[in-house]
Amino acid sequence: MSSRLINWFKFSSPASFYPLARKISVVSTVIAVVLIVIGLYMSFFVAPTDYKQGEGYRIIFVHVPASWMSMFIYVVMAGWAALGLVFNTRLSAMMAQALAPTGAMFAFISLWTGSFWGKPMWGTWWVWDARITSELILLFLYLGYMALRAAIDDPRRGDRASGILLLVGVVNVPIIYYSVKWWNTLHQGSTIKMNNQTTMDETMLITMLIMTLGFWAYAIAVAMARVRTVILERERSSTWVRGLTAAEI
Amino acid sequence: MSTGTAAPALQIDTLSCARGDRVLFRDLSFAIAGGELLHLKGRNGSGKTTLLRALAGLLLPESGEIRWQGENIRALREEYARHLLYLGHLNGIKGDLTAVENLRIAAVLDGFELDETRAWAVLDEIGLRGHEDLPTKHLSQGQKRRVALARLLANRASIWILDEPFTALDVAAVQLLQDVIHRHVADGGMAIVTTHQEVAMIGAHTRTIELGRRHV
Amino acid sequence: MFKPLFWVIRRDLTIAMRRRSDVFTTLIFFVIVVSLFPLGIGPEPNTLRQIAPGIVWVGALLASMLALEQIFSADHRDGTLEQMLLTPQPVSVLVVGKVLAHWLVSGVPLVVMAPILGLQYDLSVDVQLILVASLLLGTPALSLIGAIGAALTLGLRSGGVLLALLVLPLYIPVLIFGAGAVEATASGLGGQAHLSMLAAILVGSMVLAPLATAAALRVAED
Repeated sequence: MSSRLINWFKFSSPASFYPLARKISVVSTVIAVVLIVIGLYMSFFVAPTDYKQGEGYRIIFVHVPASWMSMFIYVVMAGWAALGLVFNTRLSAMMAQALAPTGAMFAFISLWTGSFWGKPMWGTWWVWDARITSELILLFLYLGYMALRAAIDDPRRGDRASGILLLVGVVNVPIIYYSVKWWNTLHQGSTIKMNNQTTMDETMLITMLIMTLGFWAYAIAVAMARVRTVILERERSSTWVRGLTAAEI
Repeated sequence: MSTGTAAPALQIDTLSCARGDRVLFRDLSFAIAGGELLHLKGRNGSGKTTLLRALAGLLLPESGEIRWQGENIRALREEYARHLLYLGHLNGIKGDLTAVENLRIAAVLDGFELDETRAWAVLDEIGLRGHEDLPTKHLSQGQKRRVALARLLANRASIWILDEPFTALDVAAVQLLQDVIHRHVADGGMAIVTTHQEVAMIGAHTRTIELGRRHV
Repeated sequence: MFKPLFWVIRRDLTIAMRRRSDVFTTLIFFVIVVSLFPLGIGPEPNTLRQIAPGIVWVGALLASMLALEQIFSADHRDGTLEQMLLTPQPVSVLVVGKVLAHWLVSGVPLVVMAPILGLQYDLSVDVQLILVASLLLGTPALSLIGAIGAALTLGLRSGGVLLALLVLPLYIPVLIFGAGAVEATASGLGGQAHLSMLAAILVGSMVLAPLATAAALRVAED
């Protein structure tokens, strides 16, 4: 590796990243709390009632950002995995590992809120809509990644194997989405279309944006906290971990 | 790229390997040139097999580099594999195929042709006369090992990496294998061998490295 | 490059011929799964005709996945796999050879068997033809994609269940276009577009899947 890159990779060492992760985590937590509180307030009290869907529509302020996050986090994980496989940096794989439960949680929230939204709107908990189905498959991809990670004892093999899986997954996500959409349009009669939000109020848009940013900050905060525990567990026999004082942990 | 006769062909530079949590060896450096035999010693669990697998390019070391003629073997990949013959704990032969079939498929994958008659001759030389045409699952442990070792006679690789090659062999076969290794080294090849039995691996160009001394 | 490929295929076919019983297990599984559905759903011919493409396809998909679990494990146990990683041949080429041999042994019988099962579901001749065509394009893609999962789970505890969890979501596009082709033909829309998509998936997986499988095998043998 050329010497030019060494500086760039300074924080790719778990030992130097560990204290930094704590700072990022604290800052992100504060931002997340503030944004989500504002966002929720706006979703419930500021945003106007939808003339067609009534009050029930307000769940989209959680549903839509959660869906975005679930997709986005998967792509970020794949990015980390690619970095880890190319440069053989341990931290990259740890980041992917730390993000996975949060991504899966957002996918689950997206499905759950979608289902709660669907019940009053269409009178059914579940429709085989293209987007809901894709979200479900995305959840499966997350679970597959976490299961593979958990099944491999050797952490390094786990990093590399699950990294390959992530890359395979991220190539497949658009194909899966496209095929599910195709399948859905061919079976139009049996399902209900759900993209009726063409006329979205500006307040609604801003609310959704704030919620998305809040979820972002939350994801970063949780991932950083989790990566710290992953680092501690993985590096427990190293001298720098043994040298940590109680306050630093 | 390093040139000249003095330059070592295979260079191990501050190599560290770990298995799970445990560091097996740290900052190991040595070099081997053509015509040298390296005898690797060490107690169980000292990392002999891990080192050999790293040298073969199967295992990704924790840190450090292995260079073949000045270039990292990770970058060389198939180019390095062309010069390499690795025999691990597993024989790497299919039980459902005969000895001849096993030898010929291995040859094709190693990038050269081995015709039927030559395959028979090689198996004859290694002491498997009369067993060439049986599925190898019907052979004894020692005979299976001989099928695997037959590749040494057929192959033209310059680096031999042999992990416990003497296990399951009888006295005659041990003698034969020693001769084969010494002949290979005398012809300018290099061999890296682990044993834990007291097999006399001493020749003119034998070097010994013992693993697991400094790390307890 | 083609010589080692050819030899790997020949090697695996020879081994498969010497243990023929393994081949039939997959096939029998396929037949049983597909035959179970009418028992669970009822013998009404119209319903059965309607769900037949999906059932045959899901059956083929599960059978293919179960067979794939074995594709690398024997070679992993006897050490021939690590030898393959140490040859001057590109590992992805050897993977293509192994997958192709595996498909010839376990995929082609499914394709041949499908029309016979289609009879149980009262499918017409042109629908049967599309069923065979879609399986012919789809099952090799399933084998190629599944090989990645098989390589990733090589030697792990609970490898089989894990393989299903990893591979089944990735099989969805193949299932959609495969079963879709048959269904579209049955409803008179024509399955051409679906078959083209299947062909595209097959080409794509032929290019990319062996690379991922090769990388996964290197990790598994580390």
